[in-house]
Amino acid sequence: MLKSTTIRSITRLSQLYNAPVTTYRACLASKRFYSPPAAGVKLDDNFSLETHTDIQAAAKAQASARASASGTTPDAVVASGSTAMSHAYQENTGFGTRPIYLDMQATTPTDPRVLDTMLKFYTGLYGNPHSNTHSYGWETNTAVENARAHVAKMINADPKEIIFTSGATESNNMVLKGVPRFYKKTKKHIITTRTEHKCVLEAARAMMKEGFEVTFLNVDDKGLVDLNELEKAIRPDTCLVSVMAVNNEIGVIQPIKEIGALCRKNKIYFHTDAAQAYGKIRMDVNEMNIDLLSISSHKIYGPKGIGAIYVRRRPRVRLEPLLSGGGQERGLRSGTLAPPLVAGFGEAARLMKKEFDSDQAHIKRLSDKLVKGLLSAEHTTLNGSPDHRYPGCINVSFAYVEGESLLMALRDIALSSGSACTSASLEPSYVLHALGKDDALAHSSIRFGIGRFSTEEEVDYVVKAVSDRVKFLRELSPLWEMVQEGIDLNSIKWSGH
Amino acid sequence: MPGVTAPTRRQVLSLYKQFIRNSNQFNNYNFREYFLSKTRNTFRENMNQEDPKVLVNLFKEAKNELGVLKRQSVISQMYTFDRLVVEPLQGRRN
Repeated sequence: MLKSTTIRSITRLSQLYNAPVTTYRACLASKRFYSPPAAGVKLDDNFSLETHTDIQAAAKAQASARASASGTTPDAVVASGSTAMSHAYQENTGFGTRPIYLDMQATTPTDPRVLDTMLKFYTGLYGNPHSNTHSYGWETNTAVENARAHVAKMINADPKEIIFTSGATESNNMVLKGVPRFYKKTKKHIITTRTEHKCVLEAARAMMKEGFEVTFLNVDDKGLVDLNELEKAIRPDTCLVSVMAVNNEIGVIQPIKEIGALCRKNKIYFHTDAAQAYGKIRMDVNEMNIDLLSISSHKIYGPKGIGAIYVRRRPRVRLEPLLSGGGQERGLRSGTLAPPLVAGFGEAARLMKKEFDSDQAHIKRLSDKLVKGLLSAEHTTLNGSPDHRYPGCINVSFAYVEGESLLMALRDIALSSGSACTSASLEPSYVLHALGKDDALAHSSIRFGIGRFSTEEEVDYVVKAVSDRVKFLRELSPLWEMVQEGIDLNSIKWSGH
Repeated sequence: MPGVTAPTRRQVLSLYKQFIRNSNQFNNYNFREYFLSKTRNTFRENMNQEDPKVLVNLFKEAKNELGVLKRQSVISQMYTFDRLVVEPLQGRRN
C-alpha cells in the first residue's frame, strides 16, 4: 500500500518534469538489487539538481522590512538610496549583482577541498570519536587525530598540545579565565593590551570582578606594544600576559618573539590570540616561547564553529577548564568533538601549510596593488604600522567621509568598518582610538581583507569604485569644501557652545 | 612493476586538460579563478621535473586532487548564487 502511493507520487512528480515514468520505475527496480558504482552519477536529462539562492530577493526583502518599520514604501527606500547615489554607482549592466567579498578578517569562504574532506563525515562516518568499542568510533578517531597533527604542524607544536574548542572566543576565554583561576592562590595579576579582540578584553574584565588586577597596556600610534612598558608592568604576582599576534582590525603584527622571551625570563605564561595570524604568518611556538595560542578555523578557509587552543606541555601550563564533563581533550574541554568540523579544520590547516608560499605571494601582490590604489587619493591614510603588518588586512581612513555612509555607497563590495562584532553599533573602533586617532578619523576608516580566493580583477574594481565614491561623497561635504579652500579645520572656532 | 614508471607526456597533458576543464566548471567565480591559476602554476613549476620517483608521486597526488575537483565542481553547480559584480552575465560558457 505504502509502496504504491510512493510510486504514484513519483509518477506525478515525473510528469512535472516531462520525463517518462518507466525510467523512474526502472531506476527504482535497479536500485533495489545493487548500488550503482560511485563514479557513475547519472541524472535524468530533464532533472536539474541546481538550487539557486537568490541574493537579490533577500536584499529586497530586507528593504521592505526596513520600509515597513519606518512607514515608507519599499520602493521609496530603494529609490532614496539609488537617486542620491545614482552617479556614484557604476552602471554595469551585463554584470552580476552579488557583492565582491573583501571582509576576510570577519570570515573566509570555505575551501572546496575542505568541504570535500568534511562531506563523508556527514554522510557515512558518523561515529563518536570517543567510542572505542567499535569501528565507527575508531574511524572518526583516526580522522580527528590526523587533523590534530595537521593543526599542530603549522606552529611546530606536538599534536598532544592541541585542544579543540568551539572557536577562538572559547579558547581565549579558557585561557584568560582558566590560567588565573588555577594559580589564584599566589598570583593575582593579568597583563593584556588595549587593542585585543573584544573576547579577551571582556574576559579580562570579568576576571576583575573575581578579584584579579588587570593591566591594559597602551599601544603607540602604529599599534605596537612597547616592550619597556610591558617589562615595567610585570609584577611578582603576574601570572599571564596576553597579546594578540595579528590585530583583527589593522593587521599589525606584534613583536611576539620578544614578548615571549621577556615572559619566559620572568616565568610568566604567555598567551597569544592567533586567530588572525595562524597560517598567515610564520609562527613557531618553541622559537617564540609561546605557552598558549588560540586558533580559529573559519579564518583559514575552514568550517565555522571550531577552533583550537595550544597548551604547552613542557614546561606544563595548568588551567582550570570552563566546562565540566566527560573529560575529553585532556580534561580541558569536555564534550563530544565534531568530527566533520575537526576534519575540515585539519584539512584547512594542512592547506595553509602546503599553500603558504603561493598564498603569501598572491596576497602580497594584491595587497600592494590595493594599498597603492587607495592611497593615491589625497587625505587617505593607512592605519597601523606600515612595516609590521600582515598584508591581507588593510585599514584605510578616508578623511572627510563618514565611514558608514561610504559603506552604504559601496553596496557592491562586502567590507566592514572594523570588527564584525561592533559593526552593528555605530561606536567608533576602540582599536583606532587606542592608536590615538580621533573619533572622526576612526569613523571614516574601512577595513579591506584579501585572501586566497581574491582576484586581481576584484582589486581593480574595488580601487576604482572606492576612489569614485569617496570623491562623490566628499563633494557633498561642506567640510571638504573648506579643506579645499585651504581652511584648517582645527583653527575654526565653532560658535554656539 | 606497475606504478613505478613515470607518467608519459601524454598522460600528464591529459591530466592538465582535465584539471583546466574541471576548474572551469566551478560556478563560483573565486573558486574557478583560483583553481585555474593554481593548476597553471603547479604544472608550470614541475615542468622540468625529471626524477621519475618525484613524478610518480606528483602524478598520484594530482589524480587525488582531480577527484576532489570533479566532485566539488559538481557541487558548485548544484548550489548556485547570483553572479559577482565583476562577472559578465554573458560571454562565458556554462
